[in-house]
Amino acid sequence: MILHWVWLMPFIMAMSFVAILFFGKRLPKKGSEIGIVAVGACFVIALLAAGSWISRVNDAQHTAPAPAAATAGHGSTEAASTSNNEVVGENGGGGGGAEEHTVDPVTTEKTWFEIGGEKFTVGTMVDGLSVMMLVVVTIISLLVHIYSTDYVGGDRRYTHYFAFLSLFTASMLMLVMSSNTLQFITSWELVGLCSFALIGHWWEEKPNSDAALKAFITNRVGDVGLLVGMIILFWSAGSFDILRIDSLANTGGIDHLLLLVAACSLTAAVMSKSGQFVLHTWLPDAMAGPTPVSALIHAATMVVAGIFMVARLYPVFFHGLSIGDGNLNLLAIVGAVTVVGGAGLAFVQADIKKVLAYSTVSQLGYMVMALGVGAWTAALFHLFTHAFFKAGLFLGSGSVAHSVHSFDMKEDMGGMKKFMPKTYWTFLVCTGALIGLPPLAGFWSKDEILAGGHQLGTHNAYEIFMVVGVVGALMTAAYMTRCVYLTFFGEPRGAAADPHHHPHESGPRIVVPLYILSALAVVAGLVNFPWGPDSVKLRFEHFVQPVGEYFPHLGVVEFVWPLAIISTLVVLAGVGLAYAYWFRGAFHGVTERSRVARGGYVVLANKYYFDHLYTGVIADGTKGPIARASYWVNQNVIDGVVNAVGIGSRKVAEFLYGTVDQEVVDGAVNGSGFGAEGAGQLLRRIQSGKVQQYGALLFGGAVILAGVLVFTL
Amino acid sequence: MLLNEFLLLGAALFAIGVYGVLARRNGVMVLMSIELILNSVNINLVAFGALHGTVVGQIFALFVITIAAAEVGVGLAIVLMLYRNRASIDLDEVDAMRG
Repeated sequence: MILHWVWLMPFIMAMSFVAILFFGKRLPKKGSEIGIVAVGACFVIALLAAGSWISRVNDAQHTAPAPAAATAGHGSTEAASTSNNEVVGENGGGGGGAEEHTVDPVTTEKTWFEIGGEKFTVGTMVDGLSVMMLVVVTIISLLVHIYSTDYVGGDRRYTHYFAFLSLFTASMLMLVMSSNTLQFITSWELVGLCSFALIGHWWEEKPNSDAALKAFITNRVGDVGLLVGMIILFWSAGSFDILRIDSLANTGGIDHLLLLVAACSLTAAVMSKSGQFVLHTWLPDAMAGPTPVSALIHAATMVVAGIFMVARLYPVFFHGLSIGDGNLNLLAIVGAVTVVGGAGLAFVQADIKKVLAYSTVSQLGYMVMALGVGAWTAALFHLFTHAFFKAGLFLGSGSVAHSVHSFDMKEDMGGMKKFMPKTYWTFLVCTGALIGLPPLAGFWSKDEILAGGHQLGTHNAYEIFMVVGVVGALMTAAYMTRCVYLTFFGEPRGAAADPHHHPHESGPRIVVPLYILSALAVVAGLVNFPWGPDSVKLRFEHFVQPVGEYFPHLGVVEFVWPLAIISTLVVLAGVGLAYAYWFRGAFHGVTERSRVARGGYVVLANKYYFDHLYTGVIADGTKGPIARASYWVNQNVIDGVVNAVGIGSRKVAEFLYGTVDQEVVDGAVNGSGFGAEGAGQLLRRIQSGKVQQYGALLFGGAVILAGVLVFTL
Repeated sequence: MLLNEFLLLGAALFAIGVYGVLARRNGVMVLMSIELILNSVNINLVAFGALHGTVVGQIFALFVITIAAAEVGVGLAIVLMLYRNRASIDLDEVDAMRG
């Protein structure tokens, strides 16, 4: 069965990495063909795996007779977690019951090494979540590979670039199919390494290598949380196995306090990897890398590793943070702050990629918030749709930048609509999906998150997060309208207006991936269509959300008409306001007239002073006084100790040399030498070389022995 | 059963053989003396085998004869090479191993 063979995917990509490194430069296409073929093969395997998983779920549904106990258990949990909500409770007991068939993940396992009786294994664990991620990673990676052949064509490290794309894809595939936490951490670090290498692809320029270092070091801060959390889980579950950890956490086999501490530590890792406040600062700087890399790593795949981790270890978070009881928890708060904070920053960026980067931060905030309120499927559904339209937006911005050789919307763009109609239309479609215009993909997933905030938790505890989500939607609509205006409308400026360099539409290898991604941005939302017959309705939830002992029973999220209409109106209001401000010139000069607006702008332009806090206060504070203090300690205390130890050991060594070494040891050595020589001089007499003499000695000895035997017995 | 006679014959042959090995200077004669020693042992084996009424002694003697044949083959080859190199088979002159 193909689900047992998914390890082939990371294996193929790893082989591709090695092959490109060794042979890439000698090939006609400089190694890119190896990468494209490999990732294409992986895409096919991922599709086969998806088909296999779907039939597995269907089989489980048909073969197993509806277990009455499971349905009843489900219903009662449902009622407990959402007792205030009549609609959801009814649905959980009635319509939801038909879909409650346990489908175990497909696992394979090999022993990696063994220490002290503890077996460390590598393996794959494939369920709906993994399969969904495999499809997303391979399709985006394939499109980015194709796009890159044009975008970075002629680069001096072209081969090296494709090698790292392969290694990244291998690591990311390994990450989403990890069966144990050790393997997970390894892949997590590997994707971080690839991110570092690809952000710093053009390391000759200082800002680029600084950005790469910043990304790497900021992620190390979160990794402390990752390690602490995983170690706590290892000791409390007695195993690295993710399935076992999940099952134990879900059935109450792990102490609640331990789960709480582990969940909070792991949240730190989510904050760094998935760009959540307050460790989000690396993600916008990571735009220093090539644009396809931003689309693949910093929009669609690597940055969602944090979301994936929470989704994979969801029982730990669900029970540790008491999400089912409507607890106002760390995960939801971090997500909510990020939704608004990230969106605010997107307003003041001049660099088109930074707008998209802050937008990614904000959208990842939506996913974390959704996980924090218990809307698991909504979070993963948003991850799925976001991957397509955000990758499309990044690749579109790259297409524009490829034409004008700049990312600055204010200085070098404007009026690009007439130069690049294909890029313009695809960008517009993806923007519509991002801001959540019905019926594009983002509408369905964002609406499900809002509905989750509205319906889940006891006593409407999570209603506040629905409000945050609506505010975020308003801001998203406004800043994306600004971005589209500055790039594609108005008069051409700077490089776009340069008469010697006429901007032009990009080639097919750039435009075709844009077409595909914008098509997906239109249709991807339909995979979780909320109405229709059972073969159409909520297919994403049905196939991706795990059902079994290792996954908590979650409240069902219903589509709510008033909420959908309100959020759509809010989006239109956002677009309208931004349209009035930028297209029509209304309220211009507000930052000059109003002190509040001016202050707000300054705070946003300085990115809430987070960079000042990190480099100015924390880093400078560390390297100033603390460095001086440690220098003093070093010079006076440590050097003193070192010198004293040195002088002392010299004296001891001199004494030892004079007496022990020269007299005793040498005497013993010489004595044994002389002794051996004397004995040798004596014994050489009998070595006459005459065989008969030896024979005489032999027989003499035999006679003596015989005499002894005869006379003593 | 004339065991004593056989044992005496074996002892006499053994003594003659040992004398030959230790005292003769001719390499070929030394080899022949070794044959005497081996055959004295064979006589003892066969005699005791006959005394106990088993064939084990005879089988052992057969093995000894086989080994002796091989030993003589190797020994004569050594003596032949010695003669070729030194034009002499006097064992007193063969003392290259003197310490």
